[in-house]
Amino acid sequence: MSLNQQVAAALGTRRIEMVLIGGSAGGVDALLGLLPALQPGYTPAVVCILHVPGDRESRLAELFDARVMLSVREARDKEPIEPGIVYFAGSGYHLSVEQDRSFSLSCEAPVQFARPSIDILMESAASVYGPAMAGILLTGANFDGAEGICSIREHGGLTIVQDPEEAHASTMPKEAIRRCAPHLVLPLADIRAALPLLETP
Amino acid sequence: MSHTPSDFDIELRMLVEAVYLKFNYDFRDYTGASQKRRVLVAMREMECKTVSELQSRVLHEPNGFAKLLQYLTIPVTEMFRDPEYFQVVREQVAPFLKTYPSLKIWVAGCSTGEEVYSLAILLKEEGLLERSIIYATDINPKSLETARRGVYPIDRMRLYTENYQKSGGKAAFSDYYTAAYGGALFERSLIENVTFADHSLATDTVFSETHFVSCRNVLIYFNRTLQDRVFGLFHESLCHRGFLGLGSKESIDFSSYAERFEPLARRERVFRKAAP
Repeated sequence: MSLNQQVAAALGTRRIEMVLIGGSAGGVDALLGLLPALQPGYTPAVVCILHVPGDRESRLAELFDARVMLSVREARDKEPIEPGIVYFAGSGYHLSVEQDRSFSLSCEAPVQFARPSIDILMESAASVYGPAMAGILLTGANFDGAEGICSIREHGGLTIVQDPEEAHASTMPKEAIRRCAPHLVLPLADIRAALPLLETP
Repeated sequence: MSHTPSDFDIELRMLVEAVYLKFNYDFRDYTGASQKRRVLVAMREMECKTVSELQSRVLHEPNGFAKLLQYLTIPVTEMFRDPEYFQVVREQVAPFLKTYPSLKIWVAGCSTGEEVYSLAILLKEEGLLERSIIYATDINPKSLETARRGVYPIDRMRLYTENYQKSGGKAAFSDYYTAAYGGALFERSLIENVTFADHSLATDTVFSETHFVSCRNVLIYFNRTLQDRVFGLFHESLCHRGFLGLGSKESIDFSSYAERFEPLARRERVFRKAAP
């Protein structure tokens, strides 16, 4: 089966309105490999979350803004989520998605030593977007994100995990695969090729 | 977008409603996702299988609500948290405050008091503490009690000292506390003019005119309706061109009060009441 067919089969009748991408160790490089594939006019909202040290201001949005054709910004508290924008979770706060499709921040204790926590973001987004979202988990050296991917799958969303064989750090994708069989396990190059396919006409 | 609430969501709404009706604590306009997580933690710790079971304990058991309240509020704070905020207060707000013969400062949602002591230290070093009255308010009586005592874990002092220095502190941080009660006890004179009080931003009204309101990492837990109410309270309380400080990722931009405050230091989240 070609990649296009695999993605089409996994997508089924879903209409994706949010693509949520999480990663940890090695995640910046992985995202640098993915996000430039997005073309202007891409309709889903793209939300990215990487573990970054909490004691310094995250510069991820700035870093990626120069390299991505879509508009890139840090997700702000109470900001309505808009299509075609690439949002980054800032450092030091958990990021959640609310029922009215806006973001919220919180300072609860770190989860799996992480704040922002991928699990928290994915679980809250899953309960709002249900089948209208795709969750992608990339390289990482801890377990954060594994529960989140399961939650997206349980709520009917599409789940894609980077092939641990080629991931910079395999713990995170491996754990997600162990806990709940994701729809697709793909190398980074294929995830890059799949991103435009998630957008349904 | 239609949304069918889950059983959990339905029960959660009933719990929050019950808490409001019985205890007059209004969590109805708190941000959903984080509240949900905190109730889940409360259920786990209080060994309840469902929210309904939790609700029953909160309504019928003595201290049931007092226990739940500790989970519903988030006492996560530190002294001189975000040192650059305190630097701006010291360098850009204090010079204005010095022009008033007496000052009223409101620390809204003061939690366990770390920020109150931080501001008191700053005001003391700027020669303003003696002419200041500080209102430190919160809805959690247990947090207020901790704030009044002013004893914090000794192992936090290293971080706090670092924060204090980065914020432009002028003395030795250790001058402000002594080792006591198994922790660091902060100098009592710092809170001589502090009134710790139970006040709810969700249900109570303005109690005084103030020159400076510091409310950090409280508004993120409120939805837009409640945020608007609170910005309204601050606007009403603040004197002409008064100052408002928010948490490092809090924003006024999505509120209907966006135009009524102007940034003094946008990055550090210090605002000024706009001229009418």
